[in-house]
Amino acid sequence: MRSQLDRGIKPSEITPEPAFLSRRAVLAGAVAAGLLPSIAPPADAATIPPGGEFADLKKWPDSATDKVNTFQDITTYNNFYEFGTGKGDPSANAGTLKTKPWSVQVTGEAAKLGTFTLEDILKPHTLEERIYRHRCVEAWSMVVPWVGFPLADLLKRFEPTSKAKYVQFFSLADKDQMPGIRYPVLDWPYREGLTIEEAMHPLTLATVGLYGKVLPNQSGAPLRIVIPWKYGFKGTKSVVRIHFLERQPQTSWNMAAASEYGFYSNVNPKKDHPRWSQATERRLGGGLFAPRIPTQMFNGYAEQVAQLYTGLDLNKNY
Amino acid sequence: MTTRRIAILKVVLFGACLVPLVLLVLKAVGLASMSLGANPVEELLNTCGKTGLNLLMLTLCVTPIRRATGFNRLVSFRRMLGLFAFFYVLLHFLTYVLLDLGLAWDTLLADIAKRPFITVGFTALVLLVPLAVTSTNGFQRRLGRNWVKLHRLVYPIAVLALIHYWWQIKSKADIGDPLLYAFLLTVLLGVRVAHWRSVRRQRATSVDSKAAMAPTYQRVEPP
Repeated sequence: MRSQLDRGIKPSEITPEPAFLSRRAVLAGAVAAGLLPSIAPPADAATIPPGGEFADLKKWPDSATDKVNTFQDITTYNNFYEFGTGKGDPSANAGTLKTKPWSVQVTGEAAKLGTFTLEDILKPHTLEERIYRHRCVEAWSMVVPWVGFPLADLLKRFEPTSKAKYVQFFSLADKDQMPGIRYPVLDWPYREGLTIEEAMHPLTLATVGLYGKVLPNQSGAPLRIVIPWKYGFKGTKSVVRIHFLERQPQTSWNMAAASEYGFYSNVNPKKDHPRWSQATERRLGGGLFAPRIPTQMFNGYAEQVAQLYTGLDLNKNY
Repeated sequence: MTTRRIAILKVVLFGACLVPLVLLVLKAVGLASMSLGANPVEELLNTCGKTGLNLLMLTLCVTPIRRATGFNRLVSFRRMLGLFAFFYVLLHFLTYVLLDLGLAWDTLLADIAKRPFITVGFTALVLLVPLAVTSTNGFQRRLGRNWVKLHRLVYPIAVLALIHYWWQIKSKADIGDPLLYAFLLTVLLGVRVAHWRSVRRQRATSVDSKAAMAPTYQRVEPP
């Protein structure tokens, strides 16, 4: 099924820029991108620091000005069902996750397919700190200083073809490392998807850290996706596979309860969850007596992303 | 068991029923690095709701255990369990109204009208009120046989409470716990149905017409 989003977009418009470059430039770019062997990596090559702290992080100028949640709150209140369904389960159980070595498989409608090590994936990018609001579909929210780089910069390196209308992300599903996998609470592996336009949007972040530190396991180490205008579950954690495809992909929560969790899952105060209101949210960190705050359309990122959904009935495409 | 022992056991049970509340208070004031976590309102809401449900289930355990063991004085703990169940359910509701909604009455009314899981939860709470009010010896005496009839409300209340718990989970992914409670409640209600049937059968076969007219709440041991 073609989404209304696709209408009026010529394939050339979504073909990534490198495909238009000359062969020579593409090769040079691929070398720089770490997809082909190169002699010297660029000076600002991103790596996972062995000490766990990123040095000299660039600060993104458009960060949210909301009060940032504590590291403790962000890393002890998590939904990561691979480690248990309780909010405290991931921080208690995620120690068994082995994030090194890590590689990501790239499949589907792209020119550069294969398995890439995390080092290769990060190498050409410059990491920055971005403070985003994070709104869960359960009507709570946090403000998180993520560390990452635009996902678009990564996806372009795989040279998606004109057929790549959607991107699907898969989490690791290893019962030896993830105790929750033993229970069929969701159809493992966890999978999520975005339209290519959403995935390529400059706000969509390939994320490797928070609070200037390497992502703790319970937060989706070593690589997760953050889409700040969507409910949190759209952001796949511990990504092991990126799949480009022409048709709208399956997504885990939609498979579990289609009437409650749609493909888009944009933060929308006017579209209630069937069982609870999305009009307000509880901002964590305010203590017992803090009132709920109004939820903003697209989580406050409407100015940047609303045009992605022009002509789409958001009440139906929830 | 002596009356004195029963009295001591009651004190112990009273203390045990207070443990969840004491823990919540200690966590709320942050004693000994305890805390309600990143979402204290949710923690309070869930703990009170779950404790209320647990105590409701325990209340329903009293009669089957009494029948099975013949330890009839067990019934003297039932009122305390029931009242504590009501107490925690009330705290659960107050947490929702005062702390979660911040006394937004319009939201409360909309929630009760529009959200089935809140509708059934609220109904269960409302139905618990007459039971709590008439739990005294005086009411028990005055209402006589009607007291038993009235307090059978606890069965639909337990079912509503279970539905309320079931419907608030995120999806079938979290169904484990509600299923466990559903199983427990099925057993607890099932043994009652079995008991009533055997009582009815006994009465039907009884030659003593007086026994046949015995009120249903009178305990008749199966052979």
